[in-house]
Amino acid sequence: MDLRDSPEERALRLEVREWLASVSSSMPSRPALDDEVGWRTHDTTWQRMLFDAGYAGIDWPVEFGGRGAAPAEHLVFLEELSRADAPAIGVNFVGQLHAGPTLMVEGTQAQREQHLPAILRGDEVWCQGFSEPEAGSDLAGLRTKAVRDGDHYVVTGQKIWTSRAGISDVCELLVRTDPDAPKHKGITWLILPMDTPGVEARPLRTMSGSMEFSELFLDEVRVPVENRVGAENDGWRVAMVTFAFERGTALVGEMLEAISLVARLHQLLLATSSGRSAGELGALRHEIALIAADLDGLWALTKQNVSEAGRNGTPGIGGSVFKLYYSGVRHRLADVAMRVLGRGALIMDDVGALPTGEHVRGWFHSVSLSIAAGTSQVQRNIVAERILGLPKER
Amino acid sequence: MDFTPTTDQDLLQQTVRQMLTGTCSTAQLREMIDKPELRRRLWNQLADTGVFSLRLDEADDGIGFGCAEAAMVFEELGSALVPGPLVWSHLAAGPVRGAADGTRIVGGIDRRDRVLLIEHADLIDDLVVIDSDGIWSVDLGEVVLTMATQPIDPLTTIGVVSHLPQGTQIGDHQQAVEWQQIGAVLTAAQLVGVASAATALAVEYAKQRQQFGRAVGSFQAIKHILADMLARGEVARAASRSAGVHLDDPELAPLAARAAAVAKIVATEAGVHNTKDCIQVHGGIGFTWEAHPQLLAKRAQVLAASFGTVDLLADSLFG
Repeated sequence: MDLRDSPEERALRLEVREWLASVSSSMPSRPALDDEVGWRTHDTTWQRMLFDAGYAGIDWPVEFGGRGAAPAEHLVFLEELSRADAPAIGVNFVGQLHAGPTLMVEGTQAQREQHLPAILRGDEVWCQGFSEPEAGSDLAGLRTKAVRDGDHYVVTGQKIWTSRAGISDVCELLVRTDPDAPKHKGITWLILPMDTPGVEARPLRTMSGSMEFSELFLDEVRVPVENRVGAENDGWRVAMVTFAFERGTALVGEMLEAISLVARLHQLLLATSSGRSAGELGALRHEIALIAADLDGLWALTKQNVSEAGRNGTPGIGGSVFKLYYSGVRHRLADVAMRVLGRGALIMDDVGALPTGEHVRGWFHSVSLSIAAGTSQVQRNIVAERILGLPKER
Repeated sequence: MDFTPTTDQDLLQQTVRQMLTGTCSTAQLREMIDKPELRRRLWNQLADTGVFSLRLDEADDGIGFGCAEAAMVFEELGSALVPGPLVWSHLAAGPVRGAADGTRIVGGIDRRDRVLLIEHADLIDDLVVIDSDGIWSVDLGEVVLTMATQPIDPLTTIGVVSHLPQGTQIGDHQQAVEWQQIGAVLTAAQLVGVASAATALAVEYAKQRQQFGRAVGSFQAIKHILADMLARGEVARAASRSAGVHLDDPELAPLAARAAAVAKIVATEAGVHNTKDCIQVHGGIGFTWEAHPQLLAKRAQVLAASFGTVDLLADSLFG
């Protein structure tokens, strides 16, 4: 058990640090929060910079254009990005973390050649068409139907929670190809070009006011059979392949941001200490400290998961419990942040020169965290049944 | 970085676990409550396994391990509810003769405590005291104390001190700080063990206990408690082992005090909450003297109050 960089990790850290310093003045400037098109340009420009420097898909296997970095090296890379306040993965998330890895395992040679290099270069942005209005936690209950018509599937239905649909090029789409089979056995995974006729994305405004989510309406959309990934009716298994790629690094950027956010919240408390009573100051400081301790504990768990993945290929027991615990800590962080802000929490803008807006946004973010990618309740069921071996409810 | 146990580390932990399976079963623990001689016999077995000497150099009959390995061993001691002044005797191995090989049972106390209580005062042979000035050896014969008639944990007898002499100094301020940090981490590791034992016991009970015609563990209301218990225990385990590594690695020394505090905070939350949840999952039977959960819950409270409380340590995080 050690927490030191190996010589290789150290070399990578210094190399990345040096490169980040060399490009710090040419990093793309950040657009307004609700400027979706601006964010696409921003995120893909950064992706292209990473690509040109040889860092795009650093954890992808060499044969697919990556650098084949081990999980611990990937962690070093993400730590350095965070340290340099470099752009987050942003619009490249689905392509790089979901669709790309899925195509590596299940895609045809033609599909890989068409999409993998484009994802790495930042030329192709993917979105996800999994959830439906009637298929949320029960994802396998999805109803969007695809009927075979010659060498095409004709797809009709509705998807929801599709992030950044309006600025995406391609969608990873789950459809029902056999309505009579058991629900997990009649699903197929398709590559849907977003400019296909019959695809309509309607923005969905979230409680934070942001427009990044969409509803996706599919009306007799013709998808070539060659766009199918894996066998017909085998889409549920194909979708699960993605999870096998998780090496404990998916939430590292998020986690490092939370660690620095809690430190900034403490700074904000200090900057606004005059006028607060000693008891108030002590109570807020105390809760922030407990949250900071939990985040440090989660960071240790992250390192354990990543190390485990480096050894055995999967992040072990910690991978499943991480998101559950992390969501809970972010809720507490958000709640205490709102108390620190007091009446400053009534506006999303910064209060004068004080950086308060990020904490209000963090409060919205915390609400979404315990719902997205499996609610905390679903996570608890998964942990209880798959790790602790408790019987299913029915 | 490879933050997973080496084969040697896993082996050490398994060896201790196996030794405890034979010597510290729940039935054997019950027997030890009123029989100090049984606790002393266990002490010799703990010493033989290297619990006290494991951080000493091999030249001093130790094993040459560090705090990371000690943390893994203390997880097992916590999980099995091993009674006795384990952390103090482990810390005293080296400076106090007989501590390492278990011939002397060494207890300890922090002179700054508002209430001066010595754990296992009826069992110990020697007493060490830490304070802001350093570490002291105090002649037990000169300590005035009375044994509490109702200790919260039946396996942790308590001496209430009315006079604590200054004693002879055996360590300086810096060494006392070091003991405090190592003590916090090893106490955290025991809490990790207690927390995990509570999870395992509650899961086992939830699978077997039938109500409404099915195992109660099939109900989401119970499952969700158990999932949270597992999560708390695993975060605490990672934090406690991480703190052990921080104490061992000179490169990480500037971060060691924080890591030790974090470990004790997170492990205390896990230990205290998991043991109460364990009782909750058991229902009425969990509240009885005969059932095991009470012993876990009480030990968690004893450990929570040792080597820094959550509130004191939280206060230290932002220095």
